[in-house]
Amino acid sequence: MDSSMENNVKTVRRSKEEKKVLRKQLKASHTLLKHEGISTAAQPTKSLVVANGGLGNGVSREGLSAALKEMGEVEGLVMPPHKPYAFVTYRSEESARNAHVHLNGQMIQCGDNSVTLYLSYVESVTHEEQTSVLLPEGLVLVEDFVSPEEEAVLLSAIDWSSTNDDITAQKALKHRRVKHYGFEFRYDNNNVDKDKPLPAGLPEECLPVLERCVSSEHISMMPDQLTVNQYESGQGIPPHVDTHSAFEDTILSLSLGAKTVMDFRHPDGRVVAVVLPGRSLLVMKGESRYLWTHGITPRKFDMVPACDPQSSARSRPDLGTQSSLTLSRRGTRTSFTFRKIRHEPCRCAFPSACDSRGAPSTPSPALPPSPPTLPCCRADAARLEEEYVHRVYDAIASHFSSTRHSPWPRVCHFLASLPPGSVLADVGCGNGKYLGVNPDVIAVGCDRSGALIQICAERGFHAFVSDALSVPLRTASCDACISIAVIHHFSTQERRLAAVRELVRLLKPGGRALIYVWAFEQEYNKQKSKYLKESNKEHQGNHSPTSEDSQEPHGKSSIHISSHLEDSCRPDDSMTDVSRVTDGKLSVHTNRTAFNTQDLLVPWHLKEGKKRDDEESGDSSKKGKSKEKNKKTSHNSCSASSLNPKTDPSPGSGSRLDTSDAAHIPDCKPSPSGNTTQTSSSTVKSELESSPAPVFHRYYHVFQQGELEQLCAQVNGVKVQSSYHDQGNWCVILQKDGL
Amino acid sequence: MKLLTHNMLTSHVKGVSKGYPLLIKATQVKVNEVDFNPKFVSRMIPKLEWGALVQAAEGLGHRQDLPGELVSDYEQNEDFLKKVHRILLEVEVMEGCLQCPESGREFPISKGIPNMLLNEDEV
Repeated sequence: MDSSMENNVKTVRRSKEEKKVLRKQLKASHTLLKHEGISTAAQPTKSLVVANGGLGNGVSREGLSAALKEMGEVEGLVMPPHKPYAFVTYRSEESARNAHVHLNGQMIQCGDNSVTLYLSYVESVTHEEQTSVLLPEGLVLVEDFVSPEEEAVLLSAIDWSSTNDDITAQKALKHRRVKHYGFEFRYDNNNVDKDKPLPAGLPEECLPVLERCVSSEHISMMPDQLTVNQYESGQGIPPHVDTHSAFEDTILSLSLGAKTVMDFRHPDGRVVAVVLPGRSLLVMKGESRYLWTHGITPRKFDMVPACDPQSSARSRPDLGTQSSLTLSRRGTRTSFTFRKIRHEPCRCAFPSACDSRGAPSTPSPALPPSPPTLPCCRADAARLEEEYVHRVYDAIASHFSSTRHSPWPRVCHFLASLPPGSVLADVGCGNGKYLGVNPDVIAVGCDRSGALIQICAERGFHAFVSDALSVPLRTASCDACISIAVIHHFSTQERRLAAVRELVRLLKPGGRALIYVWAFEQEYNKQKSKYLKESNKEHQGNHSPTSEDSQEPHGKSSIHISSHLEDSCRPDDSMTDVSRVTDGKLSVHTNRTAFNTQDLLVPWHLKEGKKRDDEESGDSSKKGKSKEKNKKTSHNSCSASSLNPKTDPSPGSGSRLDTSDAAHIPDCKPSPSGNTTQTSSSTVKSELESSPAPVFHRYYHVFQQGELEQLCAQVNGVKVQSSYHDQGNWCVILQKDGL
Repeated sequence: MKLLTHNMLTSHVKGVSKGYPLLIKATQVKVNEVDFNPKFVSRMIPKLEWGALVQAAEGLGHRQDLPGELVSDYEQNEDFLKKVHRILLEVEVMEGCLQCPESGREFPISKGIPNMLLNEDEV
């Protein structure tokens, strides 16, 4: 930073704008030092760190390189994956100075993004070259396996317009469309009906290709099943192992159209990202077919080797070497997966992943043993909540609490608005994170979960165990109440209403209550909630719970077995039902995706406070957490001004190669509760750690727009003062009528 | 459970009309030093049920010499505020139970935490 001072000495009077740039640049260099261990040099050198000019910010190598080259001859450009910065080394110091003078504070446009660059000198560019990762055992990638002509023929052989799905079992899945030939692959049981072949066999256009597969000895038997998947940009497929009992060993996957990156994951945590160029054939055999999961992270950009990606992909299909990566925008990709139906139980060498040997086939997402149905009477509701809310929170309390560390700004704003000496009740206070926000109020908290209240007590808060439907506080004793992420855990409207009534009962005349519930609409005013956004970044898979805070309402439990309302035997919903599962079973939500039903089970992938040596990684508790948090904030501060919100569907703004998508591997690999702010090291670590962890399911009723207001309107003696949408939550502030 | 919490809690058993204040049956009480904030304490006082507080303090043997009726001008009376501070925030019931004055229902206090959950037939 001294250097910049020096530099700026020349300009005798700095304009406001220049001062701003200088300030930001100083901040950026602080951030780099603090969080990335990159120390900037006081004197000009040949190398510069370009803050904001990183792949993690959606800046492509081409775009940055072009800007840098205008300043002089570039000797090297290093863009570490997922980082918001890059390093450039110029042939001469003069060029570096030139870049510093002219590019510092400049915006560059990259695709839909524009970011402001801040440059500082560095002594040397340290760049850890990762050791090259080998392809999974048994995996072979053959490039240019089909000619462009064959590709066209194959693509035109698939008639997506057909509505007759009996013949080819065409389905529009949530994340891609798919068509089956020979046999239908059923996503409900992850298997095929072997005695029910489809009328349409494999398209004859495939035959020449398959014959070539046989003659080149990739396969020994002709496949009899074909699944065609079509992925638009931004779509993907969760990691999975093709069901052992359904198909024979070798699986062929022919990629047509745009290239993509497929992630292979070994249960031990190894991840290999493989670039699949168009017209290539992927042969999965042995360990790569039976043990490794494969999947495609849904996103719009991939990180691929820079320069002629085709050729470098050829020599090194894995992305383990990351010295020169760039971003590649995805296009539409169609894959032909050829498989041979298996008629005998599988006898592979990987029983841990073998459903013939009793291992779970990969349902996605993991289902609870038998999903409950939506309750139709009070007793059912109480039982459902007992099992799918109360017990879960008690079981996950400490992990849950470790992910609930930062209060939400707008809740804090409400708390800060309370006059000193106000009596505040936090009904469903969870780990008590709101109890200490405003030290001038008299705050008491209660929660249904004894384990969470224990945490509150340890923090010195006033707290007791109680149910939100029957709070043991005197009527009209509170100046304010908050109910943050609680009421969505009640499974009937009567009970949700009763919970609001109970809050209102506690209020003094004129007192105010703030209620937050999770919203069905995770995208509002064209803004995706953080919950969804983070999936874009790191994708659904990442299991680090770290920023759960932003992903989910900071759920809390505080519920109970009772309702003082009349029994009413209907689940009720005055709102139109978005869709309820037909057989009445509650569906299991896929974390970090849009909701498709209002009543659902949300998986929680428990990471136990394991005593592994690394407190700050993975699961990690507050320590790692808050660190990450800091990192996030400060990154923002380094990039914030420039990092416009648009960066959002950016490629890898997460942290590492697109491998972060742990996902729903056999039924319990930690998955969804992703997080974007991790550093690569901790992500990797956590991944290594991820021995199968138990999955819990919490019941939620997510609210549609207007539903919360409507609910509150049914309570007498109180008015909705304001209502808003906050990061995927619907929120109201109620005021109890005065005397 | 500190007495501030106790001062706010009431029995919520179905059918009970006079559930306040809860009787404290303590088997273990501890006193923790907590930073004294006279302003906070004097703001708290008007929010309290004074009688219930004194009664609870008495029951635990920590009444000191607090008057049965709230004195006026306590804002400037540091000695008084300190005593209130002590019973409200420093005295803590760790083990024992709270009893509903009307129904006799007991709510356990364990590790300092009252468990106020009711059974299904009590709500």
